[in-house]
Amino acid sequence: MTLNSKALKLAGLAVLAAVAIAFPYVYSSPVDTNYGVYAMIFVTVASAWNIFSGFSGYISLGQAVFFGTGAYTVGIAARDWHVTGTGVFLLLPLAAVSGAVMAVPFGLIALRVRRHTFIVITIAVFFIFQLMAADFSFTGGTMGLPAPFLPWQAATFNNPFYFMALGAAAVTITLAWWIRRSKFGLQLRAIKDDEDRALGLGVRTMRVKLSAFTLSAFITGFMGGVWFLYLTQVLPSSGYDPLFDLTIVLMAFLGGVGTIAGPVIGALLIEPGRLYLNTQFTNGYLSEILLGALFLLIVLFVPRGIVPTGGEWIRKFRSRGRAAIEPEGRGAAWTAEARGRQGTSDGRRLEAARRRESE
Amino acid sequence: MAAEIYRAIADGILIGGVYALMAVGLTLIFGVLDIINIAQGVLVILGAYLSYSLSARLHLDLFLGLLITVPAMFVVGVVIHWAFIRRLRGRERTAMTLLVTYAVALIIEGILYEIYGASYRELNASYVTNSVHLLGFYLPYIYLYGFALAVVLVAGLYALLYRTRFGRSVRATMQDETAARLIGIDVNKVAAITFGIGVAVTATGGMMFGATSGGFNPNSGYDLISRLLAIIILGGMGSIGGALVAAVFMLTVESLVTIWSPDWSIIVFYAALIIVLVVRPTGFFGRAPVRAQ
Repeated sequence: MTLNSKALKLAGLAVLAAVAIAFPYVYSSPVDTNYGVYAMIFVTVASAWNIFSGFSGYISLGQAVFFGTGAYTVGIAARDWHVTGTGVFLLLPLAAVSGAVMAVPFGLIALRVRRHTFIVITIAVFFIFQLMAADFSFTGGTMGLPAPFLPWQAATFNNPFYFMALGAAAVTITLAWWIRRSKFGLQLRAIKDDEDRALGLGVRTMRVKLSAFTLSAFITGFMGGVWFLYLTQVLPSSGYDPLFDLTIVLMAFLGGVGTIAGPVIGALLIEPGRLYLNTQFTNGYLSEILLGALFLLIVLFVPRGIVPTGGEWIRKFRSRGRAAIEPEGRGAAWTAEARGRQGTSDGRRLEAARRRESE
Repeated sequence: MAAEIYRAIADGILIGGVYALMAVGLTLIFGVLDIINIAQGVLVILGAYLSYSLSARLHLDLFLGLLITVPAMFVVGVVIHWAFIRRLRGRERTAMTLLVTYAVALIIEGILYEIYGASYRELNASYVTNSVHLLGFYLPYIYLYGFALAVVLVAGLYALLYRTRFGRSVRATMQDETAARLIGIDVNKVAAITFGIGVAVTATGGMMFGATSGGFNPNSGYDLISRLLAIIILGGMGSIGGALVAAVFMLTVESLVTIWSPDWSIIVFYAALIIVLVVRPTGFFGRAPVRAQ
């Protein structure tokens, strides 16, 4: 990569950051900033999902377990410790920790089995949590929990939440980018490709999978807390929502599973669209049908997502009229990866990394 | 107390038979196509609504109505396979099919809401309300009839799989798809018909569920699918005998716990799943996973 394209990328990122920060000042009505808050919450949780599921190939349909647990943790702590006003924001780290604490036993059980069964167990665990939230009395039963009152003006109520979610999104995206380049990320992708081989190469697969799972739960739990304070209430059916699980997976698939930009783009496209549909159809069933139909279209026609498919189109466009030989080196590896053959190249890179280490 | 326990055990076994039928469909689809049909739960509910429409509008007997709903659900299954499942190939196929069937479930659920609304419905007939007196408790006739029908259908499926040429090709495909293809089995046809059969059993399951669950609405599919998934994991994915044993076991445990606390019964249901998985990750009758080719 030349210096120029690096500078160009940095400039692009700076522009994106400036746009994101300027958003609530340009579109300052609460209706518009509401879109912004939800979009940023989902950018974060979809990226967090991607850190575990996208990189390791273990599709989790139980992220709502951490989201709901984060929300309930803040609610219960605020109620029992009589936290009021802006002090509730100090409880957010606790929400994150509670998500991570849930992820350890959950992961220790669910990650012992292979992919198909893992997905199913995440669904089962998710339903256990939803039922527990509805059945226990300390969670407020089916009535759920209210959040402490925040003495803010209605006109700018959304802005602090927007910046909080934006900050969390920025941290999560940076973390995902850093993990993808790190040896940890390489190990995760080696697991995705061929877990037995990764194990044979000396990857401590359980430890790696569990770390990523817990990290993704930590972020998701934190966002659950933010979401709870923003919405000011949590119910068993809204905190532990099966559509939440499906929506974040849909976002990642739309954008491109395992890429950094994919879940971000997917969330930015889907979440505002979903909110808009909800305002258009009062009963919500039609938006459910549309969400399902959109999902089918994506999986059937752009199964690898916008980012990898778009990248391929751009390359085709650039190389038109030239010989169809892909350049050697980094570009070639990237192309192979985009075609879903990253398996072999990841395995090779992992072996190379190990060799370098032992030397 | 004794009567309560007898009743709980009888309930568990009889309803377990019906769940076994639905779970066999799911585990059969998994065994042959290597996919998990998340839509199975909502398809059961669709079957229940079909029975509801036939009995409420046309005043057709619930069991006679099955002559219409079973073939209808078979067609639904073949169409879903043809339109969506068949097209998916490649490394991510399992994950993709899971998401596709989830999306299909959402669409069916939304359509059911549009047509029937969110209010709870129940299937009614003389044998749903009338009971037989047994061992000190009353049991509605539908439990007995439904269990008998489930036994006949599971036996029929078993005969189809183990006594016919088609069954041999299904089992060959379950063991090794590539080898089955090489010896001239039309794997696509086998897959389509298996998916159709797996979905067709939901018509019977739906009718029974609608008559015994005390009310259903389009949202009931989530509860059902999570139970069915727990059952087939516990039995060992792809094992038909395992699905039978696990269904009866789980439902008996659940109905026994219900005596003590209805709120906890469903949690115990899933806790049983987790305990079994900790001890034996492949379930009761599951084989160790074969390394991917």
